[in-house]
Amino acid sequence: MSEPSTTTIPSTPQRIKSAFAACLCVVVLLISPAAPLEAADDYRSVAVADPYLEMHTGPGRGYPIFHVIDRGETVDVVKQRTGWFLVRAANGKEGWVDREQMELTLQRDGERFSLRRATIEDFTNARWETGILAGDFGGANSIAVYGSYSLNPNVSVELWGTQILGNFSNGWMAGGNIVHEAFPEWRVSPFFTMGAGYIRTKPKSTIVLPEDRNDQIGHVGAGFRIYVTRRFVLRAEYKSYVVFTSRDDNEEIEEWKAGFAFFF
Amino acid sequence: MESRFRVLFLIIATISLSGCAAMKNLFGFGDKETPPPTAEPPGQVIDPQVERREIKEPKIDREDFEIGVFAGILSIEDFGSDVSYGLRLAYHITEGFFLETTAGASRGGLTSFEELSGDARLISDSERDYYYYNLSLGYNILPGEVFLGEGRAYNTNLYLIAGVGATRFAGDDRFTVNVGAGYRFLLNDSVALHIDFRDHLYDIDLLGEEKTVHNLEGHLGFTVFF
Repeated sequence: MSEPSTTTIPSTPQRIKSAFAACLCVVVLLISPAAPLEAADDYRSVAVADPYLEMHTGPGRGYPIFHVIDRGETVDVVKQRTGWFLVRAANGKEGWVDREQMELTLQRDGERFSLRRATIEDFTNARWETGILAGDFGGANSIAVYGSYSLNPNVSVELWGTQILGNFSNGWMAGGNIVHEAFPEWRVSPFFTMGAGYIRTKPKSTIVLPEDRNDQIGHVGAGFRIYVTRRFVLRAEYKSYVVFTSRDDNEEIEEWKAGFAFFF
Repeated sequence: MESRFRVLFLIIATISLSGCAAMKNLFGFGDKETPPPTAEPPGQVIDPQVERREIKEPKIDREDFEIGVFAGILSIEDFGSDVSYGLRLAYHITEGFFLETTAGASRGGLTSFEELSGDARLISDSERDYYYYNLSLGYNILPGEVFLGEGRAYNTNLYLIAGVGATRFAGDDRFTVNVGAGYRFLLNDSVALHIDFRDHLYDIDLLGEEKTVHNLEGHLGFTVFF
């Protein structure tokens, strides 16, 4: 029995070293622009109009309140993360304030610090939407990403990219479609869609006819967009595809998939 | 009597003035250019001259995205363990939920069979390169704080995460499910360290019958919120 060859596998320490060096470079690049942030002095300052403003140690409901600012005092708003605002008090203390309390503060001009929260109206009227869906494409698994642009509340155009992973073949699919929603103001909004695109199929090597194929594809479908909360949408849909093959017969494929999306 | 005359005088004056006004319009005198005031709703005495202010959403730096790198160890079932590294991009939807995309790479070693049999190889050298991507949904299940000594406190999050993706290994792309948990340690309000454990599951029939493999990965990461 001969000695096992080790030349095919690069030695681990070398790989660790290169990975570590790459990480370090990225870390340095990411840290360096953060430094001048402290010097910036153009933060929006707001006055506390409620009896007090509670500062939490972190951007979440469970984090304890460690500091309270009285009515009339001003704070600087440094940044926002999800529904929380990092504010800096006059004495230099920094803490996180939730959206409900921030909405009770006043800006310099006396206006309320108004924050528009995404509502179901935005679900109907928002221009852009993007999401990820996964499901079944004619017996294979599919993972799909899409971006959508609304022409009006009822009609939108979408671009899709799908990866298909099956037992007999893998593939990619890209295409566009037009979506019509009859009742866009409903929380569960049904839609119809039709579109066209290209599919690239790569049969697995164990199957006969192993050459790659590029085909045009057309589809019709229907589904639901379901408003959950804020900018968050669930989406489920069925599409029936016709692959215009170069062979005598066209191929028909059914696809079911579900996933989530958010609009902005 | 005086008051009666006064009233009478006032009535005459009013009628004649209004009559004059009517005549004026009738014969085309007066300022034609000024149109009569538009119909005002009854009861509206004062026309409010206050301009409606546009409500402008204050411009505040939003930091809902998190980007970073990671490096660790991936154990590829039957093919040994090797270094893995990759990129991570997350979008925080709420304080609880976040979406995460990761792309990583590693490399498979030799199976026990290959090591024992000498030169026999199940897959070619290039097919041992291992690439994957994941689209996952995470939930910060245990947010908290840790204390370093007396004067320092750091925010942390223990999160659960699961998602779908694909793995390219052994000459094929395979649908891959990932589940795991991680620990996010925030060094300050923008920079975080991660310790993450993930199980990557897919079906493979390379060694005869099809089976589901569990590729366990543990990695350390560094991310920045922006």
